[in-house]
This record gives sequence, C-alpha cells and structure tokens, in this order.
Amino acid sequence: MRHSDAAVLETRELTAFYGDFQALYGITFVLNEGETVAVIGANGAGKSTFLKAVAGLLPRPASAVRLDGRDIGALPAFEIVKLGLALVPEGRRLFPSLSVEENLLVGAYGRHLNGPWTLAAVYRLFPMLRERRHAPSTALSGGQQQMVAIGRSLMSNPRILLCDELSLGLAPIVIRDIYAALADIKTRGTSVVLVEQDLAHAMSVADRAYCFQEGRVSLTGRPQDLTRDAIHAAYFGL
Amino acid sequence: MRVSKLNRVGVDEGRLHGSRFSVATATRASTVTVLLAIPVILLLVALPAFASRALLQELFYVFTMLALAQLWNLLAGCAGLISVGQQAFVGIGAYALFAFTLMAGLEPVLSIVLSGIVAGVVAVPAALIVFRLRGAYFAIGTWVVAEVCRLVLAQFKQLGGGTGTSLPPDIVDSIVGLDFVRHLFQVRGPAARDILAYWLALILAVGTLVLVYKLLRSRYGLALSAIGDTEAAAESAGVDVFRTKLLIYIVTAVVTGMAGALIFLQKARISPDAAFSLIDWTAYVIFIVVIGGIGTMEGPIIGVVIFYLLQYYLAALGSWYLILLGALAILLMLFAPTGVWGVISGPFDISLFPVRRRLMPLSH
Amino acid sequence: MLGWIDTLLQGVLLGGLYSLYATGLSVIFGIMRLVNLAHGDLIVLGAFLMLAASAAGVPIVLAFAVVVPLMFVIGYALQSVLLNRALGRNILPPLLITFGLSIIVQNGLLETFSADTRRLNVGTLESASLPLGGSIAVGLMPLICLASAVGVIVLLNGVFYRTALGRAFRATSDDVEIAQLMGINNKSIYAVTMGIALAVCAIAGFFLGARANFDPSIGPARLLYAFEAVIIGGLGSLWGTLAGGIVVGVAQTIGAHINPEWQILSGHVAFLIVLVIRPRGLFPRAVD
Repeated sequence: MRHSDAAVLETRELTAFYGDFQALYGITFVLNEGETVAVIGANGAGKSTFLKAVAGLLPRPASAVRLDGRDIGALPAFEIVKLGLALVPEGRRLFPSLSVEENLLVGAYGRHLNGPWTLAAVYRLFPMLRERRHAPSTALSGGQQQMVAIGRSLMSNPRILLCDELSLGLAPIVIRDIYAALADIKTRGTSVVLVEQDLAHAMSVADRAYCFQEGRVSLTGRPQDLTRDAIHAAYFGL
Repeated sequence: MRVSKLNRVGVDEGRLHGSRFSVATATRASTVTVLLAIPVILLLVALPAFASRALLQELFYVFTMLALAQLWNLLAGCAGLISVGQQAFVGIGAYALFAFTLMAGLEPVLSIVLSGIVAGVVAVPAALIVFRLRGAYFAIGTWVVAEVCRLVLAQFKQLGGGTGTSLPPDIVDSIVGLDFVRHLFQVRGPAARDILAYWLALILAVGTLVLVYKLLRSRYGLALSAIGDTEAAAESAGVDVFRTKLLIYIVTAVVTGMAGALIFLQKARISPDAAFSLIDWTAYVIFIVVIGGIGTMEGPIIGVVIFYLLQYYLAALGSWYLILLGALAILLMLFAPTGVWGVISGPFDISLFPVRRRLMPLSH
Repeated sequence: MLGWIDTLLQGVLLGGLYSLYATGLSVIFGIMRLVNLAHGDLIVLGAFLMLAASAAGVPIVLAFAVVVPLMFVIGYALQSVLLNRALGRNILPPLLITFGLSIIVQNGLLETFSADTRRLNVGTLESASLPLGGSIAVGLMPLICLASAVGVIVLLNGVFYRTALGRAFRATSDDVEIAQLMGINNKSIYAVTMGIALAVCAIAGFFLGARANFDPSIGPARLLYAFEAVIIGGLGSLWGTLAGGIVVGVAQTIGAHINPEWQILSGHVAFLIVLVIRPRGLFPRAVD
C-alpha cells in the first residue's frame, strides 16, 4: 500500500445541522491517497452525519470539504459522485423496486470515470450475487444486500469509497467475507473511509483512525499508537 | 411577562431542576387584543344604527368568508387535513336550510342551526371514506365527495333540480326578530332582513373565532400540534390521532354548514352550481388563508381584509382577476409561505391569539 | 341483452380515454409523490393547442407531432421553474401552486379562446365504425383511443423497465436521497417526468377534443376521473391505471344506460365503493 502525502479528501471546520440541531461542530479530517481511515465512536457521535455531509447529502459550508484540493462544499451529491467519491450508505438502502442487477447498474448512472469496476468485475468480487441477479433486492439476506450496496457504489468507479457501518447487523462469518472484499477493493488503490462500530475489524484494516464524540473529533492517530484506555476515554468523553 | 389572573384556570405548576414553573399562554399583545376587541364588537353590533345597507351587505360577505376561512385554516393549517371539498358542507347546509324552511316550514334561524347539524351528520360517513386517503389524494377525495353531493342534490326536483329554486318572501320574512328590528331602526322589511343577516353573520364570525381559539387551547389543540410534528410520535404518546382528526372534521363541517345556510338564506336563491361552487367556497377561502398566513388565527383576519379589497377593486376584470389571484397564490407559496401575518409577526413573535403554552418560572 | 353488451363495450372504450387522462397523473405521483391539481386543465390545454394548430392549417396528424413535444417542453419548464422549488416534505405548497395553476390555465384559456364549446375536426374518422358482428359496432376513434392508451403504457413501461433512464426514474421514486448518490439529479428527473406527463396530456387532449365538445371549464372534471382511475387501479402500476379507467368508464356507461343524468355520479359512486372495500386499489404495486 503506497501512500502519497497528497490529501485526496479533507475537511476543515465541517459543521452540519439537522434543522436547528447541530450534529457536527467543526470536523477537521484528512484522507491521503490509498489510505484507509477508520471513524469510530458511540451511537449518535456524528459519524454517519459526517459521511453524509462529505458526500453532499447535507448542506455544508462551501469551503469545508475539499476533494483533490478543490472545494466541493457547494456541490450537490449527484455531482460529487461524478468526481469519484461514492458513499455506501448505512443500512444498505437498496432500491426495493429494482432487482439486484438493476441496483448494480443504477450505480453506474453517474459514472464519469473509467476504471476497473464493471458488472462482471462486481460479480467476480461477489460471486453469489450473480446467481441472484434478477431477484428483487429485498429478497436477499443482510450480508448479500450489503454486497449489493458495496457493488452498487463501486460501479461508479470511485477513487474514494465512504463506507457507513458495513458490519451492522451481520453475522461474524459474513463480516469476514465483506472485509475480504474490502481488501480486494483496496488493492486497486481506492482510498477508503470506514465508519464502524466493530472496533476490532476497523482497527485491523485502518492506517489511521479518528474517534468522534458528540459531533467533535476526540482522538486521532494510528491504530498501533492508540491505547485501549485512550480509545475508551475518547469514545465516551470521560 | 406575568401570568395574569385571567389564565389562572389553565395554569399548572410543577418542578423542574428544583425551580417551580407555571404554564401560561397569555401575552402582552393578546391581552391588548382582548381589551380592544370588546369595544370593536360593541361598535359592530351597533353599526346598523348609522351604516348604509350596502355597507352591511359588504360586511355580511366579509364576516361569512372570515368564518369559512377560520374553519378551513383549522382543518388544513392546524390539523393538516387539506381539503378542497369544504364546499360540500356549504352546499349541504344551504340545501338543508331550503328543505327545512320550504318543505317543513321551520323558522329560518332554527333552520340554520339544524342545517349545521345535518352537515355534521353527513361529515361522518364522508370522513370515514376520505380518511382512507392521505395528503394530496385526501384533498381530491374531498372534492369527489363534494361533487357527489352536488350531483345527488341536483336530482331533487322538490328543491329545484339542476336549475335551483328560490325562497318565497313569506318564508324569508318568517325570520325571528324581524318586527323588532323594523321598529328599532324604523326601516322596511328588506332593510330589516339585511340587518338581521348582518347580526347573524357577526355572531357567526365571532363565534367561530371563539370556537377555534378554544379548540386550539384545549387538549385537542395540543394533540393537533403533536400530530402536526409527527403523527407516529403523537400516537405513541397516547394521542388518538383518528379521533382527534374526526372531531375537527365534523366540528368544521357543522359550522361550515351553518355558514352555508346563512349565506343562502340571505341570497334567498339556490342552485347546485352556486351552493357547491369550488371557486366561491374553496378557492377564495384558500386564498384568504394563504395570503393572510396559514396555521394562525390572525392570518385569516388579515387575509379576508386583503381579499375583500382585491375583490372590491379588481373583480370587474373577470378572468384576469382570477388569473391574478392564482398567480398571487403561487408567488406566495414560493416566496412567503407564512403569509402577510407570518412576515409581519415572524421577527417579533407576536401572537394576538396565543395558543402556545410556555413555561414561566415562578418567583420562589 | 344486446343493449348491455353495447353498454359494456362503450364503457371499456371510454375507459381507454380515462386511462389516457390518468396515466400522466399516475406517473407524476409514482415518481414525485406530487398531485397536480391542474392536470385536467392541462389536458384541455392540449386539446386547445391541437385546435389552434389545426386552425393554423396544420393537418391534424401533423398537429400531434407539434403539440406533443410542445407540451413536453411546457411540462419540463413548469417543473424546473416552479414546482421543483416547492417540493419538500410539506405537501401544501405544491398542492396550492398547482391549484393556482389550474385557475390560471382555465381562465387563460377562457380569455384566449372564449367560453364557446369546440370540437376537433378529424374528418371521416369521427363517424367511422367497425362492425363487430351481430348488430354491434364500435366507433373507430374510440378504438384508436383505447389502442393509444395501451400503446402509451407499453411505451412508458418499456422506458421504465428496460432503459438506464427508466432505472433512474424508479430509483428516484424508491429513495430520492440514495438515488442522488448514484449520480441521479432528481430535479432533472422530475422535470422529465412532468414533461412526459404533459405529453400524455396532449395525446389525451387530442382524443378528448375529437370525441366530444370541449371548453375551458371542463378540466376539473377530467382531473377527478383521472384521479379515480389511479386510485381504483392502485398506485404504482400503469396497467392498474388502465383497469381503473375502464372501471370508471364502465360504471359511467352503466349508470347512463339506467338514467342519462346518472352518468357522472355513477363513476364517483363506483370510486367511493372501491375506496371503502379496497382502499389500496385493485392492483396495488407501489411500496410506500
């Protein structure tokens, strides 16, 4: 894994609101090319909000998010996908009236970049999806739906993949398969931001980690440098 | 702001973080309003002594439209039941009045009250049907119900069928208090009828204001604002959403029916198209509420004044007037959805008819 | 007996027209959750545009090629300029905006064309009929109308289920937030949807004008028939909308057969009955 020091994604003083409720209080975050960065924290800490704000689903200040050094804060989500940033949303959120294959194909709608991910490549990554390609997406198990969700996001050939709670509600053996696929994705040079409740998995694949607590960054560093006590304290704000 | 004695009845005390609180709704502005309203109402009651017939007739229109607007606002702005079919109850009230007076020979004011009840009775099956629809489809559903009412009543030959009928003078003159008014103001029959109609309209308007205000301040009003925020959360907090909405729908229908009965008693002539007119009893009403400020009681009051002025000066333009109203409604929805009252009161948070409950710390 | 068969047949053919009224409404609601209260008036607008083209000397078949794309553009503009600003969780703004639009269109047509009733001249097609054996014959125009209704549905379903654009429509209808993550510009989708709806309104307007007299005030009644057809058929299915249209059409012709004054009322009553016993419609498909 090569890291250049080029920050491919960064946020500065990123704030986010749900109506009058402030969920993020000025997040400063850096993702370098080829890196995998984990975002951990308790429920409600603002991790999913952070990914949504980066991806353009929430309004944010114009200069708060930069992609390859370019301000994208004012861009709507559908433009950001075309720049090579894809979000695998929390809870899968597959399209219920589309089949598995149609869900994957619609992921390519905003594809503006050439890259390795085609329908065939996604089926190679997740072979069991090919057998169920015409099934309604809602008929699949949780793990399979997660695979469809990942595959759907890959179809736009993102250089940056934001993953929100990939392991949520999945059995350990399925999580192992998902993370194996993630390793495969990373070999293509994709930079990944991983929001996870599953600390062990997240820390095992991450180059660096940020811990969120009530809308702020409470701790950051490389997994091997962070003690369990430090993480504990950062998680709960003690 | 002090908790005035007027509100002692509604005050609850409790403890929060060790301090004691009471719940208050009165504001300085609202207290002023109540104080001003009394002389204004007295003036309006005495108006027939020195106002022209024409003025009384114009005010009749203003008061009845105000009542209809307050009711539509209660339904759509407060309960979230956006109906474009309230003309059903105007028409039913109107036809019921004609039936009670023409066919049963009952006294007109009594008939107005009975007509309201008839409208309320019809509202029950109507509600059970249209409540199966939501949102915009609910709206059109209410319109279909109104159309059904129109088409059914057009079949009644005794009430004039498709072309309608009129109230003969002896029926119209059988209204209670006619002689009293004739002697009090030294006027002839038609002028006396106008004065009586005017007073009835004033009673309707003030009564509707009081009714809506009391409803919004009652536990139903609290339930409505909870439902307005999230229905599911309201349900789980124990609010019976269906019953609350049904109650509001029926109450609105009853008073709308009475308004319709009064309006057509005054016109003394009815036809299905007039009684169930979408433009007269829904489009204009919605416009009044929207331009004044939906969801507030102050809004329709301002709205009816603005609408009356627009009507007075521009109605002669015919279709262009309607195009103008339509365009105004669109512009309002896009740029000033809170209406004139919302724009005026927004920055200052004024409330002349305060229905929100606020926590007031007690001094010790 | 023969009278009833004929009544049924006429009802089905009428249903084709009502289905054309309803298809645009169904599409808009399916994709945008918007109900356009001006829908009926826009059908009437289509009829008047066809009239204007025909009066300008354009042969009626060519008028199609002009008015249908024109209405598409009008729909696209309407959504982009006006309705896209008002979409959100509150249903009141779009409802009132389309209500205002309805009044504007009706009165605009009144000012432009006067309140006189009109008819589209389709020449010999108007009275042409197809004998079906026995003494039953069906008018050629109503038959073409039904065929068009079916054709429009086949075409739209083809777009929705076999094209990338169609996938984008369906994804937007399912989950507009996540659809944006796929690179789908929902405002653009909505504008195209409204364009399609108005294009279908143009076709419906043609058959309305060819079949019966029309004037600026008949829009609201068309909206109600369209709405009833959509609800009876069930949300989310265009074939369901066709079935719904036929139910309304048959109800109306049966009612008219019993008593001509009861035609419209019968349609409304049939709608209310279906609403009471099958509130989700006869063939509901949409996942809400």
